[in-house]
Amino acid sequence: MTRLNRLAGRTPFYVLTGGLAIIFLYPIIWTSISSVSPQPGSNQVDGFGWGNYETLVAYQDGVWHYLGNSLVVSAVAVVTTLVVATLGGYAFARFTFPGKDALFLLTLAILMVPYAALLVPLVIWLKNIGLNDTLVGVGLVLAVFQLPFATFMMRIAFEAVPREMEEAALVDGCGTFSALRRVLLHAVKPGLITIGLFAFLAAWNDFMVPLYLVSGDNQPLPLALVNMRQQVMGVIDYGATQAGVVVLTIPCILLFLVLQRHYVNGFMSGALKG
Amino acid sequence: MSIAPTRPRAVAAGTPDAPPPRRRRRDRGVWQGWIYASPTALLVTLLFVVPLVLVVWMSAADWTLLGGNSGVNFPENFVEVVDHRLFWPSVWFTLKYTVITTAILIALALGLAMLVQESTRWRGILRTSFLIPTSLGLASASLLFYALYSPQVGPVSPALEALGLADANVNVLGTPSGALWSTVILIVWRFAGFFMLLLLVGLQGIPHEVYEAARIDGARPWQIFGRITLPLLRPSLAMSTILCVTGSLLAFDQFFILTKGGPDGSTMTVVQLIYSFAFESKRDLGMAAALSVIVLAALVIINIVQLKTLRRSPDE
Repeated sequence: MTRLNRLAGRTPFYVLTGGLAIIFLYPIIWTSISSVSPQPGSNQVDGFGWGNYETLVAYQDGVWHYLGNSLVVSAVAVVTTLVVATLGGYAFARFTFPGKDALFLLTLAILMVPYAALLVPLVIWLKNIGLNDTLVGVGLVLAVFQLPFATFMMRIAFEAVPREMEEAALVDGCGTFSALRRVLLHAVKPGLITIGLFAFLAAWNDFMVPLYLVSGDNQPLPLALVNMRQQVMGVIDYGATQAGVVVLTIPCILLFLVLQRHYVNGFMSGALKG
Repeated sequence: MSIAPTRPRAVAAGTPDAPPPRRRRRDRGVWQGWIYASPTALLVTLLFVVPLVLVVWMSAADWTLLGGNSGVNFPENFVEVVDHRLFWPSVWFTLKYTVITTAILIALALGLAMLVQESTRWRGILRTSFLIPTSLGLASASLLFYALYSPQVGPVSPALEALGLADANVNVLGTPSGALWSTVILIVWRFAGFFMLLLLVGLQGIPHEVYEAARIDGARPWQIFGRITLPLLRPSLAMSTILCVTGSLLAFDQFFILTKGGPDGSTMTVVQLIYSFAFESKRDLGMAAALSVIVLAALVIINIVQLKTLRRSPDE
Protein backbone atom coordinates (compact mmCIF):
# COMPACT_ATOMS: atom_id res chain seq x y z
CA MET A 1 0.00 0.00 0.00
CA THR A 2 2.68 2.49 0.99
CA ARG A 3 4.64 1.42 -2.02
CA LEU A 4 1.69 2.10 -4.23
CA ASN A 5 1.22 5.48 -2.61
CA ARG A 6 4.83 6.35 -3.17
CA LEU A 7 4.55 5.36 -6.78
CA ALA A 8 1.41 7.48 -7.16
CA GLY A 9 3.14 10.38 -5.47
CA ARG A 10 6.00 10.17 -7.93
CA THR A 11 3.89 9.85 -11.05
CA PRO A 12 4.04 13.59 -11.92
CA PHE A 13 7.82 13.34 -11.69
CA TYR A 14 7.92 10.46 -14.14
CA VAL A 15 5.50 12.17 -16.50
CA LEU A 16 7.41 15.46 -16.48
CA THR A 17 10.87 14.00 -16.83
CA GLY A 18 9.68 11.44 -19.35
CA GLY A 19 8.16 14.28 -21.36
CA LEU A 20 11.47 16.11 -21.25
CA ALA A 21 13.31 13.03 -22.51
CA ILE A 22 10.80 12.71 -25.36
CA ILE A 23 11.36 16.35 -26.34
CA PHE A 24 15.07 15.60 -26.67
CA LEU A 25 14.50 12.43 -28.68
CA TYR A 26 11.60 13.73 -30.77
CA PRO A 27 13.56 15.43 -33.60
CA ILE A 28 15.58 12.29 -34.24
CA ILE A 29 12.54 10.02 -34.17
CA TRP A 30 10.61 12.43 -36.39
CA THR A 31 13.38 12.51 -39.01
CA SER A 32 13.76 8.75 -39.04
CA ILE A 33 10.03 8.22 -39.56
CA SER A 34 9.64 11.07 -42.07
CA SER A 35 12.51 9.77 -44.17
CA VAL A 36 10.45 6.67 -45.05
CA SER A 37 7.03 8.38 -45.05
CA PRO A 38 5.15 9.73 -48.05
CA GLN A 39 5.84 13.43 -48.70
CA PRO A 40 5.02 15.68 -51.62
CA GLY A 41 8.02 16.80 -53.63
CA SER A 42 10.15 13.81 -52.74
CA ASN A 43 10.76 10.43 -54.30
CA GLN A 44 8.39 8.84 -51.80
CA VAL A 45 4.90 10.07 -52.58
CA ASP A 46 2.61 7.14 -51.74
CA GLY A 47 2.97 4.85 -48.76
CA PHE A 48 6.04 4.05 -46.74
CA GLY A 49 9.22 3.02 -48.49
CA TRP A 50 12.86 3.66 -49.29
CA GLY A 51 12.32 6.13 -52.12
CA ASN A 52 14.24 8.93 -50.43
CA TYR A 53 17.22 6.68 -49.87
CA GLU A 54 17.10 5.80 -53.58
CA THR A 55 17.33 9.53 -54.33
CA LEU A 56 20.45 9.67 -52.20
CA VAL A 57 22.02 6.72 -53.97
CA ALA A 58 21.32 8.35 -57.32
CA TYR A 59 22.52 11.85 -56.38
CA GLN A 60 25.56 12.79 -58.50
CA ASP A 61 28.37 10.43 -57.51
CA GLY A 62 26.01 8.56 -55.20
CA VAL A 63 25.78 8.42 -51.46
CA TRP A 64 28.33 5.57 -51.33
CA HIS A 65 30.99 7.79 -52.85
CA TYR A 66 30.41 10.59 -50.31
CA LEU A 67 30.20 8.10 -47.47
CA GLY A 68 33.53 6.73 -48.64
CA ASN A 69 34.98 10.25 -48.57
CA SER A 70 33.70 10.72 -45.02
CA LEU A 71 35.25 7.41 -44.02
CA VAL A 72 38.64 8.36 -45.49
CA VAL A 73 38.62 11.76 -43.77
CA SER A 74 37.60 10.17 -40.47
CA ALA A 75 40.17 7.39 -40.75
CA VAL A 76 42.99 9.86 -41.47
CA ALA A 77 41.91 12.07 -38.58
CA VAL A 78 41.48 9.21 -36.10
CA VAL A 79 44.70 7.37 -36.99
CA THR A 80 46.75 10.58 -37.00
CA THR A 81 45.27 11.70 -33.70
CA LEU A 82 45.89 8.31 -32.08
CA VAL A 83 49.48 7.92 -33.29
CA VAL A 84 50.61 11.50 -32.73
CA ALA A 85 48.93 11.89 -29.35
CA THR A 86 50.18 8.53 -28.10
CA LEU A 87 53.78 9.24 -29.01
CA GLY A 88 53.48 12.84 -27.84
CA GLY A 89 51.74 11.94 -24.58
CA TYR A 90 54.46 9.36 -23.90
CA ALA A 91 57.19 11.92 -24.58
CA PHE A 92 55.56 14.56 -22.36
CA ALA A 93 54.84 12.12 -19.53
CA ARG A 94 58.08 10.15 -19.41
CA PHE A 95 60.95 12.11 -20.92
CA THR A 96 62.77 15.33 -20.20
CA PHE A 97 64.01 17.20 -23.21
CA PRO A 98 64.70 20.82 -24.09
CA GLY A 99 61.66 22.58 -25.46
CA LYS A 100 59.26 20.12 -23.86
CA ASP A 101 57.18 22.68 -21.98
CA ALA A 102 57.17 25.09 -24.87
CA LEU A 103 55.91 22.41 -27.26
CA PHE A 104 53.24 21.26 -24.81
CA LEU A 105 52.00 24.79 -24.26
CA LEU A 106 52.04 25.42 -28.00
CA THR A 107 49.89 22.34 -28.51
CA LEU A 108 47.42 23.52 -25.87
CA ALA A 109 47.42 26.98 -27.47
CA ILE A 110 45.58 25.48 -30.43
CA LEU A 111 42.54 25.60 -28.14
CA MET A 112 42.76 29.37 -28.03
CA VAL A 113 42.81 29.74 -31.80
CA PRO A 114 39.57 28.87 -33.54
CA TYR A 115 39.99 26.98 -36.77
CA ALA A 116 37.51 29.38 -38.30
CA ALA A 117 40.35 31.90 -38.25
CA LEU A 118 42.91 29.56 -39.81
CA LEU A 119 40.94 28.17 -42.73
CA VAL A 120 41.62 31.13 -45.02
CA PRO A 121 45.42 30.73 -44.82
CA LEU A 122 45.05 26.94 -44.92
CA VAL A 123 43.36 27.21 -48.32
CA ILE A 124 46.57 28.79 -49.64
CA TRP A 125 49.08 26.83 -47.57
CA LEU A 126 47.69 23.38 -48.43
CA LYS A 127 48.15 24.28 -52.09
CA ASN A 128 51.85 24.92 -51.40
CA ILE A 129 52.37 21.55 -49.74
CA GLY A 130 50.35 19.68 -52.35
CA LEU A 131 47.39 18.82 -50.13
CA ASN A 132 44.79 21.15 -51.60
CA ASP A 133 41.44 19.58 -52.40
CA THR A 134 42.47 16.25 -50.85
CA LEU A 135 40.77 14.12 -48.25
CA VAL A 136 44.11 13.58 -46.51
CA GLY A 137 44.52 17.34 -46.12
CA VAL A 138 41.10 17.66 -44.50
CA GLY A 139 41.80 14.70 -42.20
CA LEU A 140 45.15 16.15 -41.09
CA VAL A 141 43.67 19.59 -40.41
CA LEU A 142 40.91 18.01 -38.33
CA ALA A 143 43.51 15.93 -36.46
CA VAL A 144 45.49 19.05 -35.54
CA PHE A 145 42.45 20.54 -33.88
CA GLN A 146 41.98 17.33 -31.88
CA LEU A 147 45.57 17.45 -30.64
CA PRO A 148 45.19 19.73 -27.58
CA PHE A 149 42.57 17.50 -26.00
CA ALA A 150 44.13 14.24 -27.20
CA THR A 151 47.69 15.07 -26.16
CA PHE A 152 46.55 16.34 -22.78
CA MET A 153 44.46 13.23 -22.25
CA MET A 154 47.27 10.84 -23.25
CA ARG A 155 49.78 12.68 -21.07
CA ILE A 156 47.51 12.19 -18.06
CA ALA A 157 46.94 8.57 -19.04
CA PHE A 158 50.67 7.82 -19.24
CA GLU A 159 51.40 9.70 -16.02
CA ALA A 160 48.81 7.58 -14.22
CA VAL A 161 50.67 4.38 -15.15
CA PRO A 162 53.11 3.37 -12.39
CA ARG A 163 56.70 3.67 -13.54
CA GLU A 164 57.50 0.21 -12.19
CA MET A 165 55.48 -1.31 -15.01
CA GLU A 166 57.81 -0.19 -17.74
CA GLU A 167 60.97 -0.25 -15.60
CA ALA A 168 60.54 -4.03 -15.48
CA ALA A 169 60.32 -4.18 -19.25
CA LEU A 170 63.29 -1.82 -19.66
CA VAL A 171 65.43 -3.90 -17.28
CA ASP A 172 64.52 -6.95 -19.31
CA GLY A 173 66.26 -5.32 -22.23
CA CYS A 174 63.30 -3.79 -24.03
CA GLY A 175 63.84 -0.43 -25.66
CA THR A 176 61.49 2.37 -24.71
CA PHE A 177 59.52 1.78 -27.88
CA SER A 178 58.86 -1.87 -27.24
CA ALA A 179 58.04 -1.02 -23.63
CA LEU A 180 55.47 1.38 -25.04
CA ARG A 181 54.12 -1.11 -27.50
CA ARG A 182 54.08 -4.21 -25.30
CA VAL A 183 53.33 -2.84 -21.84
CA LEU A 184 52.08 0.72 -21.80
CA LEU A 185 49.60 0.64 -24.66
CA HIS A 186 47.43 -1.80 -22.71
CA ALA A 187 47.46 0.47 -19.71
CA VAL A 188 46.35 3.56 -21.65
CA LYS A 189 43.74 1.80 -23.77
CA PRO A 190 40.73 3.59 -22.21
CA GLY A 191 42.33 6.93 -23.03
CA LEU A 192 42.96 5.79 -26.60
CA ILE A 193 39.32 4.77 -27.03
CA THR A 194 38.15 8.14 -25.70
CA ILE A 195 40.37 10.25 -27.95
CA GLY A 196 39.62 8.01 -30.91
CA LEU A 197 35.88 8.38 -30.34
CA PHE A 198 36.10 12.15 -30.05
CA ALA A 199 38.28 12.40 -33.15
CA PHE A 200 35.87 10.23 -35.11
CA LEU A 201 32.76 12.16 -34.09
CA ALA A 202 34.48 15.46 -34.88
CA ALA A 203 35.82 14.36 -38.25
CA TRP A 204 32.76 12.43 -39.40
CA ASN A 205 30.48 15.37 -38.66
CA ASP A 206 32.65 18.29 -39.67
CA PHE A 207 31.22 20.61 -42.23
CA MET A 208 33.27 23.77 -42.17
CA VAL A 209 36.76 22.39 -42.89
CA PRO A 210 35.67 20.50 -46.03
CA LEU A 211 33.59 23.51 -47.08
CA TYR A 212 36.78 25.57 -47.28
CA LEU A 213 39.22 22.92 -48.40
CA VAL A 214 37.57 20.53 -50.86
CA SER A 215 35.00 20.56 -53.63
CA GLY A 216 33.29 18.37 -56.21
CA ASP A 217 34.15 14.69 -56.00
CA ASN A 218 36.00 15.09 -52.73
CA GLN A 219 33.09 16.27 -50.62
CA PRO A 220 32.37 14.29 -47.48
CA LEU A 221 28.73 13.47 -46.83
CA PRO A 222 27.69 16.45 -44.64
CA LEU A 223 28.94 18.91 -47.25
CA ALA A 224 27.41 16.91 -50.11
CA LEU A 225 24.05 16.89 -48.34
CA VAL A 226 24.04 20.64 -47.81
CA ASN A 227 24.93 21.19 -51.45
CA MET A 228 22.35 18.67 -52.61
CA ARG A 229 19.67 20.57 -50.70
CA GLN A 230 20.55 23.71 -52.61
CA GLN A 231 20.97 22.24 -56.05
CA VAL A 232 17.91 20.15 -56.76
CA MET A 233 16.39 22.68 -59.18
CA GLY A 234 15.68 25.25 -56.50
CA VAL A 235 13.10 22.96 -54.94
CA ILE A 236 14.23 21.44 -51.70
CA ASP A 237 13.83 17.69 -51.49
CA TYR A 238 13.16 17.40 -47.78
CA GLY A 239 12.69 13.64 -47.98
CA ALA A 240 16.19 13.07 -49.35
CA THR A 241 17.63 15.54 -46.84
CA GLN A 242 16.03 13.61 -43.99
CA ALA A 243 17.31 10.32 -45.37
CA GLY A 244 20.79 11.85 -45.51
CA VAL A 245 20.56 13.03 -41.91
CA VAL A 246 19.59 9.49 -40.87
CA VAL A 247 22.55 8.00 -42.76
CA LEU A 248 24.92 10.50 -41.12
CA THR A 249 23.47 10.06 -37.65
CA ILE A 250 23.15 6.29 -37.29
CA PRO A 251 26.88 5.55 -36.90
CA CYS A 252 27.24 8.38 -34.38
CA ILE A 253 24.37 7.26 -32.18
CA LEU A 254 25.45 3.62 -32.32
CA LEU A 255 29.05 4.46 -31.42
CA PHE A 256 27.82 6.76 -28.69
CA LEU A 257 25.58 4.12 -27.14
CA VAL A 258 28.28 1.46 -27.28
CA LEU A 259 31.08 3.70 -25.99
CA GLN A 260 29.05 5.96 -23.68
CA ARG A 261 31.36 5.22 -20.74
CA HIS A 262 34.41 6.40 -22.66
CA TYR A 263 32.54 9.47 -23.87
CA VAL A 264 31.76 10.40 -20.27
CA ASN A 265 35.37 9.74 -19.25
CA GLY A 266 36.51 12.28 -21.80
CA PHE A 267 34.44 14.89 -20.03
CA MET A 268 35.85 14.02 -16.65
CA SER A 269 39.43 14.49 -17.76
CA GLY A 270 38.29 17.64 -19.54
CA ALA A 271 36.79 18.86 -16.30
CA LEU A 272 40.08 18.34 -14.51
CA LYS A 273 41.48 21.03 -16.71
CA GLY A 274 39.08 23.58 -15.25
CA MET B 1 30.37 7.90 -12.27
CA SER B 2 32.71 9.49 -9.80
CA ILE B 3 35.37 12.07 -10.09
CA ALA B 4 38.99 11.13 -9.60
CA PRO B 5 39.95 12.28 -6.11
CA THR B 6 43.42 13.54 -6.93
CA ARG B 7 44.37 15.92 -9.64
CA PRO B 8 47.10 14.85 -11.98
CA ARG B 9 50.46 16.45 -11.41
CA ALA B 10 50.68 20.06 -12.44
CA VAL B 11 50.68 19.71 -16.15
CA ALA B 12 52.58 22.63 -17.49
CA ALA B 13 55.23 22.62 -14.79
CA GLY B 14 58.46 21.32 -16.16
CA THR B 15 59.97 20.12 -12.92
CA PRO B 16 61.72 16.79 -13.31
CA ASP B 17 59.70 15.17 -10.53
CA ALA B 18 61.40 11.81 -10.31
CA PRO B 19 65.08 11.76 -11.20
CA PRO B 20 65.73 9.15 -13.86
CA PRO B 21 67.47 6.17 -12.31
CA ARG B 22 70.61 6.16 -14.39
CA ARG B 23 72.63 8.94 -15.96
CA ARG B 24 73.14 7.07 -19.21
CA ARG B 25 69.45 6.61 -19.76
CA ARG B 26 68.81 10.25 -19.12
CA ASP B 27 71.06 11.32 -21.99
CA ARG B 28 69.38 8.84 -24.25
CA GLY B 29 66.09 10.14 -22.90
CA VAL B 30 66.65 13.57 -24.39
CA TRP B 31 66.96 12.13 -27.88
CA GLN B 32 64.17 9.68 -27.45
CA GLY B 33 61.91 12.31 -25.95
CA TRP B 34 62.40 14.44 -29.02
CA ILE B 35 61.80 11.55 -31.35
CA TYR B 36 58.51 10.69 -29.67
CA ALA B 37 57.49 14.34 -29.61
CA SER B 38 58.55 15.02 -33.20
CA PRO B 39 55.26 14.01 -34.88
CA THR B 40 53.47 16.46 -32.57
CA ALA B 41 56.03 19.16 -33.34
CA LEU B 42 55.78 18.51 -37.08
CA LEU B 43 51.99 18.55 -37.23
CA VAL B 44 51.64 21.57 -34.96
CA THR B 45 54.23 23.53 -36.92
CA LEU B 46 52.96 22.57 -40.35
CA LEU B 47 49.24 23.01 -39.79
CA PHE B 48 49.04 25.45 -36.90
CA VAL B 49 52.06 27.72 -36.64
CA VAL B 50 52.54 28.27 -40.36
CA PRO B 51 48.86 29.11 -41.03
CA LEU B 52 48.91 31.37 -37.99
CA VAL B 53 51.83 33.35 -39.40
CA LEU B 54 50.33 33.23 -42.87
CA VAL B 55 46.99 34.67 -41.74
CA VAL B 56 48.76 37.70 -40.28
CA TRP B 57 50.77 38.15 -43.46
CA MET B 58 47.71 37.74 -45.68
CA SER B 59 45.77 40.23 -43.61
CA ALA B 60 48.32 42.84 -44.62
CA ALA B 61 48.43 41.82 -48.29
CA ASP B 62 46.39 42.55 -51.38
CA TRP B 63 45.38 38.94 -51.93
CA THR B 64 42.38 38.02 -54.06
CA LEU B 65 40.90 34.56 -54.43
CA LEU B 66 41.83 34.25 -58.09
CA GLY B 67 44.70 36.74 -58.45
CA GLY B 68 46.82 35.60 -55.50
CA ASN B 69 49.26 37.79 -53.64
CA SER B 70 49.92 41.16 -55.25
CA GLY B 71 51.75 43.21 -52.67
CA VAL B 72 51.22 44.96 -49.39
CA ASN B 73 47.82 46.34 -48.58
CA PHE B 74 48.10 47.44 -44.97
CA PRO B 75 46.05 48.78 -43.31
CA GLU B 76 43.53 49.00 -46.17
CA ASN B 77 42.23 45.45 -45.59
CA PHE B 78 41.36 46.24 -42.00
CA VAL B 79 39.81 49.59 -42.91
CA GLU B 80 37.70 47.96 -45.60
CA VAL B 81 36.55 45.22 -43.22
CA VAL B 82 35.54 47.62 -40.47
CA ASP B 83 33.83 49.93 -42.95
CA HIS B 84 31.88 47.10 -44.56
CA ARG B 85 28.15 47.58 -44.10
CA LEU B 86 27.72 44.14 -42.51
CA PHE B 87 30.66 44.33 -40.11
CA TRP B 88 29.07 46.08 -37.13
CA PRO B 89 25.66 44.41 -37.58
CA SER B 90 27.36 41.01 -37.62
CA VAL B 91 29.42 41.80 -34.52
CA TRP B 92 26.31 42.99 -32.73
CA PHE B 93 24.29 39.97 -33.85
CA THR B 94 27.03 37.53 -32.82
CA LEU B 95 27.22 39.09 -29.35
CA LYS B 96 23.46 39.02 -28.95
CA TYR B 97 23.28 35.40 -30.05
CA THR B 98 26.12 34.49 -27.67
CA VAL B 99 24.48 36.09 -24.64
CA ILE B 100 21.09 34.49 -25.32
CA THR B 101 22.51 31.04 -26.06
CA THR B 102 24.87 31.01 -23.10
CA ALA B 103 22.25 32.17 -20.59
CA ILE B 104 19.68 29.60 -21.71
CA LEU B 105 22.10 26.73 -22.19
CA ILE B 106 23.90 27.04 -18.86
CA ALA B 107 20.66 27.47 -16.89
CA LEU B 108 19.00 24.51 -18.61
CA ALA B 109 22.11 22.34 -18.35
CA LEU B 110 22.35 23.06 -14.62
CA GLY B 111 18.70 22.07 -14.18
CA LEU B 112 19.20 18.86 -16.14
CA ALA B 113 22.38 18.01 -14.24
CA MET B 114 20.61 18.37 -10.90
CA LEU B 115 17.71 16.32 -12.21
CA VAL B 116 19.86 13.34 -13.19
CA GLN B 117 22.41 13.68 -10.42
CA GLU B 118 21.40 10.59 -8.43
CA SER B 119 22.19 7.36 -10.14
CA THR B 120 18.98 5.42 -10.53
CA ARG B 121 17.87 3.41 -13.52
CA TRP B 122 15.31 5.99 -14.61
CA ARG B 123 17.74 8.87 -14.30
CA GLY B 124 20.27 6.88 -16.29
CA ILE B 125 17.74 6.62 -19.10
CA LEU B 126 17.06 10.36 -18.87
CA ARG B 127 20.77 11.11 -18.96
CA THR B 128 21.23 9.05 -22.10
CA SER B 129 18.24 10.74 -23.77
CA PHE B 130 19.67 14.18 -23.09
CA LEU B 131 23.09 13.09 -24.33
CA ILE B 132 22.04 11.47 -27.60
CA PRO B 133 21.67 14.80 -29.50
CA THR B 134 25.29 15.63 -28.61
CA SER B 135 26.51 12.78 -30.78
CA LEU B 136 24.96 14.37 -33.88
CA GLY B 137 27.09 16.64 -35.97
CA LEU B 138 26.20 20.30 -35.96
CA ALA B 139 25.65 20.14 -39.72
CA SER B 140 23.34 17.11 -39.47
CA ALA B 141 21.45 18.72 -36.61
CA SER B 142 21.05 21.91 -38.63
CA LEU B 143 19.74 20.01 -41.65
CA LEU B 144 17.37 18.10 -39.38
CA PHE B 145 15.95 21.32 -37.94
CA TYR B 146 15.81 22.88 -41.37
CA ALA B 147 13.27 20.22 -42.32
CA LEU B 148 11.59 20.46 -38.92
CA TYR B 149 11.02 24.19 -39.40
CA SER B 150 9.97 24.00 -43.03
CA PRO B 151 6.36 24.98 -43.67
CA GLN B 152 6.04 22.24 -46.32
CA VAL B 153 6.93 19.14 -44.30
CA GLY B 154 7.77 20.17 -40.73
CA PRO B 155 5.46 19.88 -37.72
CA VAL B 156 6.42 23.28 -36.28
CA SER B 157 4.37 25.42 -38.63
CA PRO B 158 1.07 23.47 -38.20
CA ALA B 159 1.66 23.39 -34.45
CA LEU B 160 2.04 27.17 -34.31
CA GLU B 161 -1.07 27.53 -36.42
CA ALA B 162 -3.05 25.19 -34.16
CA LEU B 163 -1.98 27.21 -31.14
CA GLY B 164 -3.14 30.36 -32.88
CA LEU B 165 0.35 31.85 -32.81
CA ALA B 166 0.81 32.13 -36.55
CA ASP B 167 -0.97 32.03 -39.88
CA ALA B 168 -1.07 28.93 -42.01
CA ASN B 169 2.21 27.82 -43.60
CA VAL B 170 4.33 30.32 -41.72
CA ASN B 171 8.07 30.07 -42.25
CA VAL B 172 9.59 30.55 -38.80
CA LEU B 173 12.96 31.30 -40.40
CA GLY B 174 11.40 34.12 -42.41
CA THR B 175 11.70 36.91 -39.85
CA PRO B 176 14.91 38.08 -38.15
CA SER B 177 13.76 37.24 -34.63
CA GLY B 178 12.17 33.98 -35.79
CA ALA B 179 15.44 32.94 -37.41
CA LEU B 180 17.44 33.86 -34.31
CA TRP B 181 15.21 31.98 -31.88
CA SER B 182 14.85 28.95 -34.15
CA THR B 183 18.63 28.69 -34.23
CA VAL B 184 18.89 29.14 -30.48
CA ILE B 185 16.44 26.26 -29.99
CA LEU B 186 18.49 24.05 -32.31
CA ILE B 187 21.70 24.85 -30.43
CA VAL B 188 20.13 24.38 -27.01
CA TRP B 189 18.78 21.00 -28.11
CA ARG B 190 22.14 19.94 -29.54
CA PHE B 191 24.36 21.13 -26.65
CA ALA B 192 22.26 20.91 -23.46
CA GLY B 193 23.47 17.35 -22.79
CA PHE B 194 27.08 18.34 -23.36
CA PHE B 195 26.99 21.07 -20.72
CA MET B 196 24.84 18.92 -18.45
CA LEU B 197 27.62 16.35 -18.42
CA LEU B 198 30.29 18.95 -17.63
CA LEU B 199 28.21 20.31 -14.74
CA LEU B 200 27.34 16.80 -13.56
CA VAL B 201 31.02 16.02 -13.15
CA GLY B 202 31.30 19.19 -11.06
CA LEU B 203 28.21 18.36 -8.98
CA GLN B 204 29.58 14.93 -8.16
CA GLY B 205 32.78 16.50 -6.95
CA ILE B 206 30.91 18.24 -4.12
CA PRO B 207 31.30 16.07 -1.00
CA HIS B 208 28.14 14.59 0.44
CA GLU B 209 29.04 15.68 3.97
CA VAL B 210 28.65 19.35 3.05
CA TYR B 211 25.01 18.78 2.12
CA GLU B 212 24.44 16.65 5.23
CA ALA B 213 25.85 19.35 7.46
CA ALA B 214 23.69 22.03 5.84
CA ARG B 215 20.59 19.88 6.20
CA ILE B 216 21.33 19.22 9.89
CA ASP B 217 21.72 22.95 10.41
CA GLY B 218 18.23 23.36 8.98
CA ALA B 219 19.07 24.94 5.64
CA ARG B 220 16.21 25.12 3.14
CA PRO B 221 16.64 23.64 -0.33
CA TRP B 222 17.03 27.03 -2.03
CA GLN B 223 19.56 28.06 0.63
CA ILE B 224 21.53 24.89 -0.04
CA PHE B 225 21.42 25.65 -3.76
CA GLY B 226 22.49 29.29 -3.40
CA ARG B 227 25.03 28.94 -0.63
CA ILE B 228 26.55 25.53 -1.33
CA THR B 229 25.86 24.16 -4.77
CA LEU B 230 26.46 27.31 -6.79
CA PRO B 231 29.69 28.44 -5.07
CA LEU B 232 31.19 24.95 -5.06
CA LEU B 233 30.19 24.44 -8.67
CA ARG B 234 31.94 27.63 -9.70
CA PRO B 235 34.89 26.01 -11.51
CA SER B 236 32.60 23.82 -13.62
CA LEU B 237 30.23 26.69 -14.29
CA ALA B 238 33.18 28.85 -15.29
CA MET B 239 34.50 26.28 -17.72
CA SER B 240 31.06 25.64 -19.22
CA THR B 241 30.51 29.36 -19.67
CA ILE B 242 33.87 29.85 -21.36
CA LEU B 243 33.28 26.93 -23.72
CA CYS B 244 29.76 28.12 -24.50
CA VAL B 245 30.77 31.73 -25.10
CA THR B 246 33.70 30.74 -27.30
CA GLY B 247 31.62 28.27 -29.28
CA SER B 248 28.77 30.75 -29.79
CA LEU B 249 31.05 33.60 -30.84
CA LEU B 250 32.35 31.32 -33.58
CA ALA B 251 28.90 30.22 -34.76
CA PHE B 252 28.93 29.20 -38.39
CA ASP B 253 27.39 25.87 -39.43
CA GLN B 254 23.99 26.46 -37.86
CA PHE B 255 23.46 29.84 -39.52
CA PHE B 256 25.10 28.87 -42.79
CA ILE B 257 22.72 25.93 -43.13
CA LEU B 258 19.54 27.21 -41.48
CA THR B 259 19.39 30.87 -42.46
CA LYS B 260 22.30 31.59 -44.82
CA GLY B 261 22.67 34.80 -42.83
CA GLY B 262 19.21 35.91 -43.83
CA PRO B 263 16.67 37.31 -43.90
CA ASP B 264 18.46 40.40 -45.24
CA GLY B 265 21.76 39.67 -43.50
CA SER B 266 20.06 39.89 -40.12
CA THR B 267 21.57 36.61 -38.87
CA MET B 268 25.04 37.09 -40.33
CA THR B 269 27.68 36.10 -37.78
CA VAL B 270 31.27 37.30 -37.87
CA VAL B 271 32.66 33.92 -38.90
CA GLN B 272 30.11 33.72 -41.71
CA LEU B 273 31.31 37.10 -42.86
CA ILE B 274 34.85 35.68 -43.15
CA TYR B 275 33.53 33.01 -45.51
CA SER B 276 31.50 35.55 -47.42
CA PHE B 277 34.50 37.86 -47.93
CA ALA B 278 36.65 34.94 -49.08
CA PHE B 279 34.31 33.11 -51.44
CA GLU B 280 31.06 34.95 -52.00
CA SER B 281 30.71 38.71 -51.84
CA LYS B 282 34.30 39.95 -52.22
CA ARG B 283 36.42 36.97 -53.22
CA ASP B 284 39.14 38.79 -51.32
CA LEU B 285 41.32 36.58 -49.15
CA GLY B 286 43.16 39.61 -47.77
CA MET B 287 39.97 41.00 -46.29
CA ALA B 288 38.92 37.56 -45.06
CA ALA B 289 42.32 37.16 -43.39
CA ALA B 290 42.05 40.62 -41.83
CA LEU B 291 38.68 39.69 -40.33
CA SER B 292 40.17 36.36 -39.18
CA VAL B 293 42.91 38.25 -37.36
CA ILE B 294 40.32 40.52 -35.73
CA VAL B 295 38.30 37.47 -34.60
CA LEU B 296 41.42 35.76 -33.33
CA ALA B 297 42.58 38.76 -31.32
CA ALA B 298 39.10 39.38 -29.92
CA LEU B 299 38.76 35.76 -28.90
CA VAL B 300 42.11 35.63 -27.15
CA ILE B 301 41.26 38.81 -25.22
CA ILE B 302 37.77 37.59 -24.33
CA ASN B 303 39.16 34.26 -23.14
CA ILE B 304 41.79 35.90 -20.98
CA VAL B 305 39.21 38.23 -19.42
CA GLN B 306 36.85 35.32 -18.82
CA LEU B 307 39.57 33.19 -17.27
CA LYS B 308 40.55 36.04 -14.96
CA THR B 309 37.05 36.92 -13.79
CA LEU B 310 35.52 33.47 -13.64
CA ARG B 311 38.45 31.63 -12.15
CA ARG B 312 38.79 33.99 -9.21
CA SER B 313 37.68 32.24 -6.07
CA PRO B 314 34.72 33.91 -4.30
CA ASP B 315 36.72 34.99 -1.25
CA GLU B 316 39.24 37.00 -3.26
